[in-house]
Amino acid sequence: MAEYLILIYEDEQTYADADPSVFAEAMAAHGRFAEQIVEHGGKMVAGQALQPTSTATTIRGDVVTDGPFAETKEALGGYYLIEAEDLDQALAIAKLCPAPGGGVEVRPVMVFE
Amino acid sequence: MPDRTAAAVADAYRREWAYVLAATARFTHDLDLAEDATADAFATAVETWPRDGVPRSPGGWLTTTARRRALDALRRRQTLRSKLPLLVEPAGADSVEDAVLEDEPAVTDDLLRLVFTCCHPALAREAQVALTLRLVCGLSTAEVAASFLVSESTMAARVTRAKKKIAAARIPYRVPLAAELPERLDAVLTVVHLVFTAGHTAGSDQLVRPELVSRAIALARTLVEVMPDEREARGLLALTLLTDARRQTRIDSAGHLVLLADQDRTAWDRSAIAEGRRLVSESLRGERPGRFALQAAIAALHAEAPRWADTDWRQIVGLYDVLLGAWPSPVVALNRAVAVAMADGPRAGLDQLALIEDDPRLAGYRYLPAARADLLRRLGRRDEATAAYREALAHTDAGPEREYLLHRLAEVER
Repeated sequence: MAEYLILIYEDEQTYADADPSVFAEAMAAHGRFAEQIVEHGGKMVAGQALQPTSTATTIRGDVVTDGPFAETKEALGGYYLIEAEDLDQALAIAKLCPAPGGGVEVRPVMVFE
Repeated sequence: MPDRTAAAVADAYRREWAYVLAATARFTHDLDLAEDATADAFATAVETWPRDGVPRSPGGWLTTTARRRALDALRRRQTLRSKLPLLVEPAGADSVEDAVLEDEPAVTDDLLRLVFTCCHPALAREAQVALTLRLVCGLSTAEVAASFLVSESTMAARVTRAKKKIAAARIPYRVPLAAELPERLDAVLTVVHLVFTAGHTAGSDQLVRPELVSRAIALARTLVEVMPDEREARGLLALTLLTDARRQTRIDSAGHLVLLADQDRTAWDRSAIAEGRRLVSESLRGERPGRFALQAAIAALHAEAPRWADTDWRQIVGLYDVLLGAWPSPVVALNRAVAVAMADGPRAGLDQLALIEDDPRLAGYRYLPAARADLLRRLGRRDEATAAYREALAHTDAGPEREYLLHRLAEVER
């Protein structure tokens, strides 16, 4: 098994002024996803949602600035760290990850030997 | 005698490279190592075959040698166990050999594993093409670079990056499951077709790069052999054979482009056409024929017409309609518009072109203004034709196609 990070990039506006029902739906979708990971033979190591980029602070060298590392329409909003057999299995799982306001990026985790 | 041995090595290289590499890669789970070991095995053949004779099974000999080389390299690294948990561990040198000799049915599976790995959707299309030519066809990086008019260092970087991704992201070395096969196979066929097209319309100094064309046809043939039930593989082989059957007649003795209408049909390769037609009818059998089968059917209609004037344009337009349904591409729509112009006149063709002219996917596609220019010329609208030929020329590099367009431009400017 190898570890893959599924990074969820979405337009923050999708949730900014959203009705509470949108959150409830998203929570339910992510709850289902957690089960699907196991059904597809993978394992969830960790998974978190992040506060929006308006809360982000960037540090380059010693300089601390308000805001995210890069201003983009679709920002990192959450992640899952999963275990999968290979990229095909990781992609099959990642395809099920809810991201209605954007998409996900799958990155293999580097292994140091 | 040395000549015959050299020919045997060259022949083995052409026939066996992909199989040896594929079988070695399953053994090493490391494409780089498999590639080096395969190259080593061929180098060893060059040294030993003249002395010891050509082995009875050159492919088996090469695979055994490549696997031994790979094993030696792994032992030198002394990290066999930690680095390669998936290695099918051999008990000794003998088993390396047995594995090869008892392995015959697995040989085609190995090749498919290699092909599907090179064409994995997680790799960019250009990387898929580069890897396929390098690993499956055994072209050197310099040859691959020359085929696609990029520098050798650019191509080397592209291949290295792709191989690194395969290793780091653990792109599996396996044949896709039945459920994913249609989509995955389409990527493989697309890559083979791209190789063919790159060879068929090389542009620049020469119109055709025969080595790319023959690699693509050989690869399509191999895919039909290893996946006899896949109709689209058959369709692709038919398409490449029927298109390449015209190779000798596409350029005249002075190096000028000869259009389909003016080609010497008696000089077309009849045996390639016969094989292509047989494959087309096989690939069209059953429901919902695929895009390669349909394109091959169109090519077959051209090949069957004894003269240009006998071409069944009505049926060609009908096939384009079905093709557009199976593959809604603006390039298909463009070709359909040209067929409509042949069936119903240039004005009807222009009407069809008008529907796709603003498609951003056709921006910079030289055959769009070239087709429009031709229809305008036939309608006698010379000023508009002049502008369209100029536009097509702006996107066409030096070579026979450019010569042809300049010739037409001079005609309408007169």
